[in-house]
Amino acid sequence: MPKKTVQLDRVIIRFAGDSGDGMQLTGDQFTSSTASFGNDLSTLPDFPAEIRAPAGTLPGVSAFQLHFADHDILTPGDAPNVLVAMNPAALKANLKDVPRGADLIINTDEFTSRNLTKVGYEQSPLDDNSLESYNVHPIGLTSLTIGALKEFDISKKEAERAKNMFALGLLSWLYDRQLEGTERFLNEKFGKKPEILAANLKALHAGWNYGETTEDFSVRYEVKPAKLNSGTYRNISGNLALSYGLIAASRQSGLPMFLGSYPITPASDILHELSKHKDFGIRTYQAEDEIAGIGAAIGASYGGAIGLTTTSGPGVALKSEAIGLAVALELPLVVIDVQRGGPSTGLPTKTEQADLLQAMFGRNGEAPVPIIAPRSPSDCFDAALEAVRIATKYRTPVFLLSDGYLANGQEPWLLPNVEDLPDLHVEFASEHNYTNEDGTTEFRPFIRDPETLARPWAIPGTPGLEHRIGGLEKADGTGHISYDPDNHDRMVRLRQAKIDGIANSIPNLEVDDPTGDADVLVIGWGSTYGPIGAASRLVRKNGGKVAQAHLRHLNPFPHNTGDVLHHYKRVIVPEMNLGQLALLLRGRFLVDAIGYNQVRGMPFKAEELKDVIEDVIASA
Amino acid sequence: MPDTSATVGTDLKLTAKDFKSDQEVRWCPGCGDYAILAAMQAFLPELNIPREDMVFVSGIGCSSRFPYYLTTYGMHSIHGRAPTIATGLAVSRPDLSVWVVTGDGDALSIGGNHLIHTLRRNVNLKILLFNNRIYGLTKGQYSPTSELGKITKSTPMGSLDYPFNPLSLALGAEATFVARTIDSDRKHLLDVMRAAATHEGTALVEIYQNCNIFNDGAFDIVKNPATKENALIPLVHGEPIIFGTDGSHCVIRDKQGGVEIVETALVDHDDILIHNAHAEDPATAFALSRLSDPQTLNNSPIGVFRSVERPSYDHLMSDQMAKANAKGPGDLSELIRGKDTWTVE
Ligand SMILES: Cc1ncc(C[n+]2csc(CCOP(=O)(O)OP(=O)(O)O)c2C)c(N)n1
Ligand code: SF4
Ligand SMILES: [Mg+2]
Repeated sequence: MPKKTVQLDRVIIRFAGDSGDGMQLTGDQFTSSTASFGNDLSTLPDFPAEIRAPAGTLPGVSAFQLHFADHDILTPGDAPNVLVAMNPAALKANLKDVPRGADLIINTDEFTSRNLTKVGYEQSPLDDNSLESYNVHPIGLTSLTIGALKEFDISKKEAERAKNMFALGLLSWLYDRQLEGTERFLNEKFGKKPEILAANLKALHAGWNYGETTEDFSVRYEVKPAKLNSGTYRNISGNLALSYGLIAASRQSGLPMFLGSYPITPASDILHELSKHKDFGIRTYQAEDEIAGIGAAIGASYGGAIGLTTTSGPGVALKSEAIGLAVALELPLVVIDVQRGGPSTGLPTKTEQADLLQAMFGRNGEAPVPIIAPRSPSDCFDAALEAVRIATKYRTPVFLLSDGYLANGQEPWLLPNVEDLPDLHVEFASEHNYTNEDGTTEFRPFIRDPETLARPWAIPGTPGLEHRIGGLEKADGTGHISYDPDNHDRMVRLRQAKIDGIANSIPNLEVDDPTGDADVLVIGWGSTYGPIGAASRLVRKNGGKVAQAHLRHLNPFPHNTGDVLHHYKRVIVPEMNLGQLALLLRGRFLVDAIGYNQVRGMPFKAEELKDVIEDVIASA
Repeated sequence: MPDTSATVGTDLKLTAKDFKSDQEVRWCPGCGDYAILAAMQAFLPELNIPREDMVFVSGIGCSSRFPYYLTTYGMHSIHGRAPTIATGLAVSRPDLSVWVVTGDGDALSIGGNHLIHTLRRNVNLKILLFNNRIYGLTKGQYSPTSELGKITKSTPMGSLDYPFNPLSLALGAEATFVARTIDSDRKHLLDVMRAAATHEGTALVEIYQNCNIFNDGAFDIVKNPATKENALIPLVHGEPIIFGTDGSHCVIRDKQGGVEIVETALVDHDDILIHNAHAEDPATAFALSRLSDPQTLNNSPIGVFRSVERPSYDHLMSDQMAKANAKGPGDLSELIRGKDTWTVE
């Protein structure tokens, strides 16, 4: 009997299992086929910092959430409609997020008394009616997989390992996703192990067929493709988009790129990715520590490359002195901080936005550094180009603040036309820039461009421009060591004025205020764009009025920032920290910004933010 | 990148004067750094490299002021980190001649980690380590090369930590070129610089340098005409290691596989160790580095301990770059598309 198909406008699925169960891979594959199908989507991988926490325990649970829809969406979603729980730990760790009435697909084979005890279940939740308000599908995923793979010449363990493919097949059937992409992926992955390949393909199809035949699932769901802007799309994570943006920036500037880096979660993938692209003139260097990484990047910049260093908060702490040096040397440098939970080692695999003030002020002396932040995974591409533009044009270190959620989250990306990317060419100095009274000429490394206040980028190898620079205070113009009080005062102000002047080259802050008469503005930065946007939509759907603005440039702020803030009766600043942007806005603009703050290692939920905004509207 | 091919092979006719900058030299009168600077300025013309293709990178310390006094490109960076900056420069600009100037505190305390990793990588850098066995710039605290029990402002009852022997450290860190010389022996200094400059990879040159303000006389035993002949062991590749007044002493292999100093008259001439700087195995070079007394520096070998061939890091990276580019430069459009795209009409 053909099964009924129900139309949905959006679905949130969460795959959860043990770290060893391959949940990230399963989620990635489901995401790929969802992207090819044409839905808009957003993902949230959530995995433990331990490579292999003890099997079956709560700390070992790894999850992947995917939100897909027939319209454009902004977040990976708040509450899953379907939870796939591969073991008791996965159920226990995730159930609190699942609303009543949702589907629970549970691998009953793992609900042994031993596994239940491990996570503190006295009785199996499958037997005690505690799940009665959910739509539970108890399935022996492990035994069904092993059964399906009997004919193969592989060990029981290897057969068991394919249970994630069984689950993926089942979910693919349930939501009518194609299997071709996953088949292609498996072919590439196991091409050299034909038996394992065949087993995985079999498990995938067995899962699909199980859905088709079992009585347990009476309906299938369909989410139509989204009406996105026309063009060619691909799916992309923030770290990958950032890497591509950097490669594009190197090409658009005509300058070689040099990355000096030391591995750290969640930034390492940028190092891995860039190291694959030497054919774009990208040199990557894994240094002995983060200080050496940035030091090498500064050396490369001095030599005429785009010096780049990638890290996370603890690494930024180590790089601080060198960033100060780059401020003093006035050389281009891009510092990418993929933020994670802190302080100290903190929560390596969880997201947070608590490095803003570190980037802003975390150096000795007056050492201003421009800061920019991407708002979504695909926006990392444009943010990378912008960081390189500012660094090279203004001869300054630039902070790019991404975070763990942007780094690993994925969304569809409308591919840019490479021919339309911005031109980032800058000129190296090639001749003397100062004429003495006697008519002789010389090169003075600290004579500034009157418009940008940038000093000349005079690279070694250029005859006649030999000069010495360093971290000691320099005399304005000549760059000679100077301890003169007035000169120091002037140089401190000049360096600040140069950074402030970057505001002349950036667009005004845009406000989304559909009715034009909202009293409340909600303003954020970085990865909170999605949840804030989704929350604003929910508020408006309920008839409320709210204006939304999102800052890409955090230092300097766009020229109109103060005007925007003062235009509204109330200003809410949601942040995944204890109020760092709010502090800057209050300090700069004397505005009574209301913080809404969470540091739970997870993105905001749109529903929660909606309530916050509505409360403030009610009181405005 | 600048084209230097026009100058290759032609005599640039540079002189020491061409390398003297207009900056007033600010070291204390009598400081050993002056002699090293003068020797360097005299030596650089020999390399016949245009000034614009040379870069001196230093850390922080008295010695690290060095780049200001030369007319090449230069960077006075931050404490201990000069090797990192020089590495990034040398790796991305293999056309340049990159030198590092550092002190015993700069290179071995705060920058110790960078030094050992730079040596093992064999980046094309020449590192001049000015060892005055003291922190000069911060006014006289003991350093990682100070003798045990050193009384300084920060150690009024004597220092408690055992010193590094910089050359033993370098040899342990897989260095391909290791040498020692002395600020006051200009001829020897020039010979060592010459050998270092032509080495492919990282060359570490330790220079005994007198700080006449905070550690005066630290090297008297190897400088004083009355004692130096017996205290110094000159190493010359291919020559038997003999030293002391009228060749009174020599170095032979001992029974444990190391080396020992004996009276020349008491051994067969054929048993005297012939110095081989090119030996692949650094064991003998290491044994020689251990001869100097960590307290007094008596029996300090000087000269090139080790000079072996190993491809430099920058060379290897350039090879990888060339290999990756063999099929032409990457196509950005193709890269960002990836394998899995879909089109919305
Ligand atoms: C981060 C940092 N810590 C400490 C200092 C202070 N400091 C400057 S030079 C120096 C020691 C220098 O000793 P050495 O490297 O032996 O150089 P010398 O002055 O003896 O030539 C110290 C501790 C500094 N400049 N930076
Ligand atoms: S303090 Fe010592 S090392 Fe420094 S300049 Fe004076 S004499 Fe030279
Ligand atoms: Mg010293």
